[in-house]
Amino acid sequence: MTGPDHSHDHSHDHSELGEMDLRVRALESVLTQKGYIDPAALDALIDTYQTRIGPRNGARVVARAWVDQTFHDWLMADATAAIASLGYTGRQGEHMVAVQNTDEQHHMVVCTLCSCYPWPVLGLPPTWYKSAPYRSRAVKDPRGVLADFGTVLPETTRIRVWDSTAEVRYLVIPQRPAGTEGWSEDELATLVSRDSMIGTRHADAPAAARSAA
Amino acid sequence: MSYVTHADLGGQPGYGPVTPEPEGELFHAGWEPRALALTLAMGATGSWNIDASRAMRETLPNYRNLSYYQIWLGALEQLMLQRGQVFADEVATGEMRHAAAPVPRVLHAQNVPVVLAKGSPTERAAPGPARFAVGQAVRMHIGKADYHTRLPGYVWGKRGTIEHVHGAHVFADANAQGLGEQPQWLYTVVFEEAELWGDALPRQNLSVSVDAWESYLQAAP
Repeated sequence: MTGPDHSHDHSHDHSELGEMDLRVRALESVLTQKGYIDPAALDALIDTYQTRIGPRNGARVVARAWVDQTFHDWLMADATAAIASLGYTGRQGEHMVAVQNTDEQHHMVVCTLCSCYPWPVLGLPPTWYKSAPYRSRAVKDPRGVLADFGTVLPETTRIRVWDSTAEVRYLVIPQRPAGTEGWSEDELATLVSRDSMIGTRHADAPAAARSAA
Repeated sequence: MSYVTHADLGGQPGYGPVTPEPEGELFHAGWEPRALALTLAMGATGSWNIDASRAMRETLPNYRNLSYYQIWLGALEQLMLQRGQVFADEVATGEMRHAAAPVPRVLHAQNVPVVLAKGSPTERAAPGPARFAVGQAVRMHIGKADYHTRLPGYVWGKRGTIEHVHGAHVFADANAQGLGEQPQWLYTVVFEEAELWGDALPRQNLSVSVDAWESYLQAAP
């Protein structure tokens, strides 16, 4: 085993498989020969997290909460059930809690111990969420971390960091951007980024052209 | 003390800026999705639980020098080597040279959606009444455990307030050691920044919470 992934050095040379590619292929081959795994299941797992389960799921939860007060209240009281009603359940989202940003309080989520993350609504975590800089600094210097994302909050806004140290998973409901009155749920969902549901950014502001429409 | 975790990073100094990345960017090398899928598929055989796999990852000696999916792959190999499911010569060559050890079940492609949608809920019947209530002050144990634990070092001995009672959940510390689920009440405990970080830093107008099992806590009058 060598240091961090060196495949970037060879990213344009597909004729030569790197050490990690060979190691993973060898392992898959042995596990298949031994009958522990179904290679087609690997394809199905990868397809699921590349095309079916990702932050667009969470964006739909947020947009629904923005337009539907009854759903919003259910989400804040029992996020697991409210999110399940939209079809987003399961692995790494078994016990959900939703937290809502306001002018007074901004929420941010981290897992300082590993990479705990709400997969059914946000998909697989980004590299930065799993990285030492984020995990070490989020609980001590969240304003510095927010600055790395270009996010600046007023000093009067209280920051609340949630460290996911057990199996409870947190979804941040960002503030609904100004200028979106009358927008449909589908349109609103386009403003909700993955990072805004972790709490490192705000929801996107509507482009001038759209807000005028 | 023989158990060493390299994963307890909260509040540790010396790490640089966070590097954001685009939303669609999930993998950074061709082998990464395969390593993810191998880990999930072997996890689904029921050969170990998630706490045992976290323990294996965080104790890899070169944890801090490995990329995320290198950590996953290294732990997966170790978990299987420990159980005689694979052997070093097989990992090295990609050829089966020893008889397969039985696994409880195999994840087949057609079952992937239902298995993922079901997940593995950790809430269990309560072992008794909860010892703490919302609003109560608690002090966290000094948590130098000689096993996998979910009490991060930056809250050891700190005073916090119970904010939420989550019901009883599988106790990760016991489950990681193969001692069974031993469910305990789980609480969200919130801390003020002065309690965690003192006056060493400019204040951030910050509070931080962790989720803590009951045995991590004692009443703090």
